[in-house]
Amino acid sequence: MEPIIRTKDLSIQFGGHKAVDRVNFEMPEKHFKSIIGPNGAGKTTFFNLLSGELRPTEGDVFFKGESLAKYSSVERTRKGLGRSFQITNVFPNLTVLENVRLAVQSKEKVRFHFIKSYRSYKKITEEALVILDQVLLLNKGEAIASQLSHGEKRKLEIAMLLALDTEVLLLDEPTAGMSLEEVPTILDVIRTIKQRGNKTILLIEHKMDMILDLSDSIMVLFNGKLLADGTPTEIMNNETVQNAYLGGLYDGELVETS
Amino acid sequence: MKTSNLVSKYHVLFLIILLFLIAFPFVADSRTLTILFTQIFIFSILAMSYDILLGYTGIVSFGHAMFFGIGAYATAILLNTFEPTIGVFIGSIAVGIVLSGFVSFLVGLLTLRLKSHFFAMLTLAISGLLLVVAEKWRTVTKGNDGFTFRAPDIFKDRIVFYFCVLACLVIVFLILRRFVQSPLGRLLIAVRENEQRTRSLGFKTLHYKVIASVVAGVIASLAGSLYAVSLRFVNTSVMAMDITLDALLMTIIGGVGTLVGPIVGSVVIEFAQHYLSGLARDFPIFERWIIFFGIIYILAVIFFPKGIVGSILQALSKWKSKHEDRKIFALEKDKEHSP
Repeated sequence: MEPIIRTKDLSIQFGGHKAVDRVNFEMPEKHFKSIIGPNGAGKTTFFNLLSGELRPTEGDVFFKGESLAKYSSVERTRKGLGRSFQITNVFPNLTVLENVRLAVQSKEKVRFHFIKSYRSYKKITEEALVILDQVLLLNKGEAIASQLSHGEKRKLEIAMLLALDTEVLLLDEPTAGMSLEEVPTILDVIRTIKQRGNKTILLIEHKMDMILDLSDSIMVLFNGKLLADGTPTEIMNNETVQNAYLGGLYDGELVETS
Repeated sequence: MKTSNLVSKYHVLFLIILLFLIAFPFVADSRTLTILFTQIFIFSILAMSYDILLGYTGIVSFGHAMFFGIGAYATAILLNTFEPTIGVFIGSIAVGIVLSGFVSFLVGLLTLRLKSHFFAMLTLAISGLLLVVAEKWRTVTKGNDGFTFRAPDIFKDRIVFYFCVLACLVIVFLILRRFVQSPLGRLLIAVRENEQRTRSLGFKTLHYKVIASVVAGVIASLAGSLYAVSLRFVNTSVMAMDITLDALLMTIIGGVGTLVGPIVGSVVIEFAQHYLSGLARDFPIFERWIIFFGIIYILAVIFFPKGIVGSILQALSKWKSKHEDRKIFALEKDKEHSP
């Protein structure tokens, strides 16, 4: 079966530094893959190459077999590659509901309508409210986005991604900067999306327990190169990965599982 | 329920203001004030058009006067060339609108890809270029000296023209209000708030910026046409930087991104201009009334960055949320005391 997303020798170079170096990876549909690697390994740059924010110096990204080289980030989103951002990236002075409504507007292709008031597009508001309910932000709908707590902003970020309803979700550290108490909520939200089984999800995270809990497979990036790609058990048992990244952190668990 | 009450309150306020403006020329019987109000209406239209750019889409343009100038010249030249009838006047407005729409589309398409400050500089350059064309194309524009022309006879009565401009203001206000409240209008706001995020949601932001530029250009052209008829004279000053600065000042002092703000701003500035320059007879310093404007402008930006209307709306929403908090607190207290 044709993988939904695939890269071929994907590389990007900033001056003399190769941030992503000939990465070949593929993902079947409705699969959950996590990307791990130390800071500076090129994880977010890799996401930027997939979503079209950055252009590769070499190689290509394929979506359902079609090369995405000629498509901008806007067109890639329209094709079905939605992403969230590591640094919270919302519309700060709009309400939470308006933020999500804009994403629903994109999904519903309401782009150049100027005759009727946006309030009369009830379906868009209703869909936005359903999504806010899913990420437990329904009671914050009228709050201004900039006044939300960091954790709530992260939830809003996911809500906007969900509202786009793209086939592939690229989640860039959805729990970054969150307090320990807030993490389980996000984890629940992502788990629910996974359980629905209609999305292909690529997740960048540092929290290993979360990754092991959710992932069908894990790929490891190190210095821009793909170090390993396999099931969570394979990755955990991979000696190179342990030396390069995990540094024996999970030795205890590995002993138990093996 | 609460929202509808609030909306109807605003509607009543607008209706009262409108009735006052309708009754004004009959009650006041002052030719000077009627002309001043006409001028305020015209600059309100111009300032609202600038608000679509600055307030709603976050685009700073230093060349907005070029569209005002295109409208003014289109009307002046056509009324001067043909018999000055209402038909020619309306036709000249249409010509100005089409020309401005075309120029703003081209300028937008070529320059709006650039970062905001480069765009601002380029609009200044293009507007300067058009000003030079107006100066040098003497056979058509009569250069810096300009020319007088006859307006349609019906406008000889200042009150008729007053109502014509008032009608234009109300129609433009209603159209622009609907425009900014439409899904497309919300996208302009999204571009202003976070252009990169808007793109990542799958919207081609350049399209929306060009649309904002065309809408603003077209409305500014209408204001220019009305302005030319109000003076029955046109020269290159209609394309000068002063006009853009006036629109910028009115929008900022009134409150960006509110539509009502620019109207309030033009009332404040036109009245101040009128009375400050009137004071010059007794106090020569007021001959340089523009100095006071500079001071007002600096003070406004420092103390009221949201402008008059923006500050009022902010205070109202603060008061509302405090009021609601107090209500919730009282309800909770009641619950505690109830057995």
